[in-house]
Amino acid sequence: MPWRVEFEYSRFSQQELDAWQPILTPSWAISIFTVIGLIFIPVGLASLFASESVVEVPFRYDDECLPPDYKDDALEYIQNDNINKTCTRNLTIKNKMKAPIYVYYQLGNFYQNHRRYVKSRDDKQLRNKASENDVGSCSPEDYTSTELGHKPIVPCGIIAWSLFNDTYRISSNNKDLVINKKNIAWKSDQLAKFGSDVYPKNFQIGGLIGGARLNESIPLSEQEDLIVWMRTAALPTFRKLYGKIETDIEVNEEVMLVIENNYNTYEFGGRKSLVLSTTTWVGGRNHFLGMAYILIGGVSLLLAVGFLLLYVMQPRPLGDPSYLSWNRNPGSLR
Amino acid sequence: MAGGRRRRHHFSRIHAFTCGRASMREEHSLIGGPGFSRKVYCNDPERAMESLLSYGDNYVRTTKYTLATFIPKSLFEQFRRVANFYFLVCAVLSFFPVSPYSGVSNVVPLLVVVAATMVKEFIEDFRRKQQDIEMNNRKVKVHRGDGVFDISKWRDLKVGDVVRVEKDEFFPADLILLASNYDDAICYVETMNLDGETNLKLKQALEGSSMLQEDSNYQNFRAVITCEDPNANLYTFVGSLDLEDQQYPLAPQQLLLRDSKLRNTDFIYGVVIFTGHDTKVMQNATDPPSKRSKIEKRMDKIIYCLFVVLILISFIGSIFFGLMTDDDLENGRMKRWYLRPDNTEIYYDPNSPVVAAILHFLTALMLYGYLIPISLYVSIEIVKVLQSIFINQDVHMYYAETDKPAHARTSNLNEELGQVDTILSDKTGTLTCNSMEFIKCSIAGVAYGRGATEVERALSRRQETPFSQEFKERISESKPSIKGFNFKDERIMNGNWAKEPNANVIQNFLRLLAVCHTAIPEIDEETGKVSYEAESPDEAAFVIAARELGFEFYERTHTTISLRELDPMSGNKIERSYKLLNILEFSSARKRMSVIVRDEEGKLLLLSKGADSVMFERIAKNGREFEEYTKQHISEYADSGLRTLILAYRELNEEEYNQFNKEFTEAKNLVSADQEQIVERIIQSIEKDLILLGATAVEDKLQDGVPECIDKLAQAGIKLWVLTGDKMETAINIGFACSLLRQGMKQIIISSDTPETKSLEKMEDKSAAEVIAIACCINFDGTLLIFQAIKSSVIRQLREAKTLLTTSDENFEALALIIDGKSLTYALEDDVKDSFLELAIGCASVICCRSSPKQKALVTRLVKMRTGSTTLAIGDGANDVGMLQEADIGIGISGVEGMQAVMSSDIAIAQFRYLERLLLVHGHWCYRRISSMICYFFYKNIAFGFTLFFFELYASFSGQAAYNDWFLSLYNVFFTSLPVIALGVFDQDVSSKHCLRFPLLYQEGIQNILFSWKRIIGWALNGVVTSAIIFFFCIRTMEHQAFRKGGQVVGLEVLGATMYTCVVWVVNCQMALSISYFTYIQHIFIWGSIIFWYIFLLAYGAIDPSFSTTAYKVFIEALAPAPSFWFITLLILIASLLPYFVYASIQMRFFPMYHQMIQWIRKDGQTSDPEYCDMVRQRSIRHTTVGTTARLEASKRLEASKRLEISVHSSASKRIELSNFAASKRSEGNSEDR
Repeated sequence: MPWRVEFEYSRFSQQELDAWQPILTPSWAISIFTVIGLIFIPVGLASLFASESVVEVPFRYDDECLPPDYKDDALEYIQNDNINKTCTRNLTIKNKMKAPIYVYYQLGNFYQNHRRYVKSRDDKQLRNKASENDVGSCSPEDYTSTELGHKPIVPCGIIAWSLFNDTYRISSNNKDLVINKKNIAWKSDQLAKFGSDVYPKNFQIGGLIGGARLNESIPLSEQEDLIVWMRTAALPTFRKLYGKIETDIEVNEEVMLVIENNYNTYEFGGRKSLVLSTTTWVGGRNHFLGMAYILIGGVSLLLAVGFLLLYVMQPRPLGDPSYLSWNRNPGSLR
Repeated sequence: MAGGRRRRHHFSRIHAFTCGRASMREEHSLIGGPGFSRKVYCNDPERAMESLLSYGDNYVRTTKYTLATFIPKSLFEQFRRVANFYFLVCAVLSFFPVSPYSGVSNVVPLLVVVAATMVKEFIEDFRRKQQDIEMNNRKVKVHRGDGVFDISKWRDLKVGDVVRVEKDEFFPADLILLASNYDDAICYVETMNLDGETNLKLKQALEGSSMLQEDSNYQNFRAVITCEDPNANLYTFVGSLDLEDQQYPLAPQQLLLRDSKLRNTDFIYGVVIFTGHDTKVMQNATDPPSKRSKIEKRMDKIIYCLFVVLILISFIGSIFFGLMTDDDLENGRMKRWYLRPDNTEIYYDPNSPVVAAILHFLTALMLYGYLIPISLYVSIEIVKVLQSIFINQDVHMYYAETDKPAHARTSNLNEELGQVDTILSDKTGTLTCNSMEFIKCSIAGVAYGRGATEVERALSRRQETPFSQEFKERISESKPSIKGFNFKDERIMNGNWAKEPNANVIQNFLRLLAVCHTAIPEIDEETGKVSYEAESPDEAAFVIAARELGFEFYERTHTTISLRELDPMSGNKIERSYKLLNILEFSSARKRMSVIVRDEEGKLLLLSKGADSVMFERIAKNGREFEEYTKQHISEYADSGLRTLILAYRELNEEEYNQFNKEFTEAKNLVSADQEQIVERIIQSIEKDLILLGATAVEDKLQDGVPECIDKLAQAGIKLWVLTGDKMETAINIGFACSLLRQGMKQIIISSDTPETKSLEKMEDKSAAEVIAIACCINFDGTLLIFQAIKSSVIRQLREAKTLLTTSDENFEALALIIDGKSLTYALEDDVKDSFLELAIGCASVICCRSSPKQKALVTRLVKMRTGSTTLAIGDGANDVGMLQEADIGIGISGVEGMQAVMSSDIAIAQFRYLERLLLVHGHWCYRRISSMICYFFYKNIAFGFTLFFFELYASFSGQAAYNDWFLSLYNVFFTSLPVIALGVFDQDVSSKHCLRFPLLYQEGIQNILFSWKRIIGWALNGVVTSAIIFFFCIRTMEHQAFRKGGQVVGLEVLGATMYTCVVWVVNCQMALSISYFTYIQHIFIWGSIIFWYIFLLAYGAIDPSFSTTAYKVFIEALAPAPSFWFITLLILIASLLPYFVYASIQMRFFPMYHQMIQWIRKDGQTSDPEYCDMVRQRSIRHTTVGTTARLEASKRLEASKRLEISVHSSASKRIELSNFAASKRSEGNSEDR
């Protein structure tokens, strides 16, 4: 069968387009390594410095707040409602903390990123009063038990059900450092994901109480603790914002922490900490970013120097065919 | 020729159609029985209707799908692929809770991928459809009743219709010939499309219908044909025709096949018996075997490896998940109470952790499924189609003369073109143009003709010696103006021959050329020029030569041949006609043909031409006047690659002739088993005592650029084997012509076909010790023992040759193996073939002559299977089809020999020389592109997939994905696919110019350097390292502390989006780093993909949260305002690329690959310095053993050694050339010494 292709000569069809054809010559390699080094080390230093300037005061209290009597029976302690869970400790702040000081709770070995956990919520229900009965994948925290009328739980699911319920009060010199619990959630969550007309209903009334109860007269969009909690963490050790202190804490100031230690982490061996931290432009205290920058920059500089030395010590004409792989194999060369 | 004027003669007598006539033989008794039940009511549509015989219409469909079957059938094709099926299962499963992500997000990419493939299928099928439409709507004249013929479309033809086909039209269906414009109802048919043969075939209708020569005759014509059912056999046909109560047998002689062409006949009438898919040609159409490239096969292996990795990591994950789940509930006490293990679905049930683990295994298979690139297959297909378009569009492979570009018929094998190790080439029509040029002749012992042969031309083009100056002049003037005639010699041109000493011999010589043939003249009515239709191109060359030298053959009738001869006395042209008495046919056994004619003076002449091996023994004692010189000339001609024939004649006296004619006629009409032998004996008795006139030398013209192309391919390290059906001498000639053979090569000839006498002659010529591999001499007395004897002799020859192979290793001598068909039969037997192959691989060139199509295919298979290297077969004729289909790549030459080879080829090109560009440029590019593309594909998917796995380590293997569902599913489709496609389509390591300048670059493909396991594993490791860097750097930098000034901490969605951003950056920049060719397309795709990711993130984040879920405003609100996000991206980008970058700079500096060397050279601008290039080539090249380069080097060596010692003998060089036919070690040594 005859064929005919319409022939059109163009640089495109002949694969002769203008092209930039860089090759990785030693000089290019050296310059790139140098440039990386020269950029990365200052950036690393800057971010390390910023991170260093952050004051972070962690206070692990899951052990600390366990009364000595219950050392061997933490579960009894935490599950027994009749035991007073209040725990008071004094901390000396070694560095000056400038406002805003962020108050976090930190949980360890808590898998908020477990698939069952992450899925156990219903976004429609959280958002929309009309979708109250929408409990999708919330099982088993979807409906109240039959004795209680099999009513939908709002907010449903085990994320909400396991809401963190320790509370903190911080005071300094008998003066309360007010923890502002407003604006700790992402604005988009408050505006778009949690409805302002959705009120908690039938929450934590079943047999098994998970965590905190919710005030049924406040709409979900105002329940910032819940909103923060429901943005699931990525890793099993995570912090969540508890609130902000909008006054400075001076050097060597002694603060008193009053912790209601309600949340049961003893069951799964999780850790609980209270963290006070300031922030800077890179966020909280973490030297890794700065160190990594310096490391990569340093390695690059070293490589640049190494290449330079090789280049000076052992120059070779470009395109020396004796480097050809099959030229070095005498068997294949005739 | 107008319809009214009819030729009153036919030429059936001049063709050998002894077997054509049908008679009522036993096979006709089958008619009406099973398999022979077809009944055709000719010209009688009503009766056909009544009899309820419904045969299909003439609509031919070559499309794979119809409109109705397209969807189901193409879907089925899609999901037959294991990978696609896996994704389908995943997509179905993703709607169940076991899935780690939402169903819709998983189905969309699959839909995109499947839809893309289906669109491609649709377009391809649509093209076929258009071809079908064109074919089906061709016009033909059909009888409409009352003797009126009307134009109708092919598709509307029905069985039983009478059609009228005009000159040069194709037959629309299989027809039974009823009548033609000739009174004896013959017609000529060209079956080029069927079997590739260009010569015309004669068909003849039955006498009963031969008088139906007018349209009006068909008014009341009725007949019934009973015949065999449709079948695929092109050369048999059984049927009978009932016409006016008489029954005539029908044979293939009456059958005109669809797709063949009516030639030299004004019109024919025929009745349609097979239509559409019932026609023999359609029944013959088989799908070519689907071929897959080696790279794709290896790619499958990689995919299996990835599946193993996938299963492995899923399995590990499931075990851990099972253990952790089991741990959640201890004696009814919940450990991770927040997961509610007391009240759970089966997927997380601590009471049955095994079941949960098994279900988790499914989840994990789906989650880590991103290791296997869903879009790989479709991307590769798209890339290959685009690559083929580039191949098709290449102007350097476009042959303007026939308006044929290259045509990649399948796009599967593009990259295989870059890995060819052995080329198996046909000769006629592939290396040569299949057009013969009359170039030299020797008449009466004097050599005439100064035309330069191809060998001389190729050498002089490369040789820069002053001596070639004269050559160049000869070349420039030797452009033939007349096709088939490239003869220059003033001594005999323009009638000057009359002044030569042996004018009468020359006259006889030329007359013989003009008379002794079976060609048919065709006179162009406008110009009056005569052209010829000949059975073979050399015959045409003879008649043309005779015409140009003054003996113009212009008319042929049943009994006469008319010439316009130059009268040497008067110088005028006079018309002379010769009575044609007998034609003694050419056959391959006889190797000669003769005619007996009576000239105008009444003299009876026997004119004969034939091969030297048979002619010299038939020459009379008194006719050997010029024998010595003629022999010398023909050996010279043969050495420069020319085909020679000996011309001789004799006068007969009346009695002798009458006696002969009587016997001959009797013998021809004899009905007996040994009729043929009797005829042969009678002919032998008259073809004797001839008088030698001279010899002709015809150049089997090499196609343009063939020697140069072969030279380049040899430099690239590609082996070329020639497999030809031609005789050994011709094959060797061509071997010399295209520099596969040269002086100083040791030739190993394995033969069993040479007559005793010849080998004896050879033994006499040279001392027996000089002949290494002599033709074995065996009397054929018809017993089985002979075969064993031949076989053992072949084995012996092979063994001897192999010892030569081992000894020659020390002194760089190139070997050439020449083997003939009969020996090949034995050499290909199971117990011998290994040693044959071993020998053949050790030889620089291999020529198999006299090989059948089947042997060609077998040799191809042997090379392919045993060496495991990639074979490419190239051919143009129907006899190459087997070879083309057997080889890894079949290349068809879309030349003159019909389309059969092209139809069964994978890629069609118009000229052999385009092979150079096809392999060295496109092959190399495609190989490089596809292999880089696949490596990169695995890299990017491993880099992505492993981040998911690493995340599972921190999510108690629960199967939670780190990324948003849509991020996951669009990874392969949107953010990383286009740059890979750009890489696969546009990337070039070096430009085409440099590919051709440094042919050794091709070795990268043959040695598979770019797709070695080392490289693949390297890329996979790079992927693992990249993903590890991305993941661990991310989780360490975004630990639990605030990640921005506002005190916000990192949630799952922030970590996911950041990691994903890093992955997109890294894989796209890795792409930018690993290619070295940036056009605007690469820039757009690579940087565009990254930008597109941010745009997507913005757009997707702006959609209502019920759809975008965790991605809602994540970028605009959380990420973008955080400086740490940008710094993390930069850090991870550089850190992930650093290992590769270090590797690449070290490799480039210390272990550059060949293409990188060329890049260096190009960058330094040294490519314009020919000396430097040559130095690079010389130092990096392997010793090439064949081709003009090698020939030139060998001749330089020879000359250098010549200078040392004084030439002893003037005729010595001649001796060397002669010794080429059976060169020996000793003669080799001699020539070196000289």
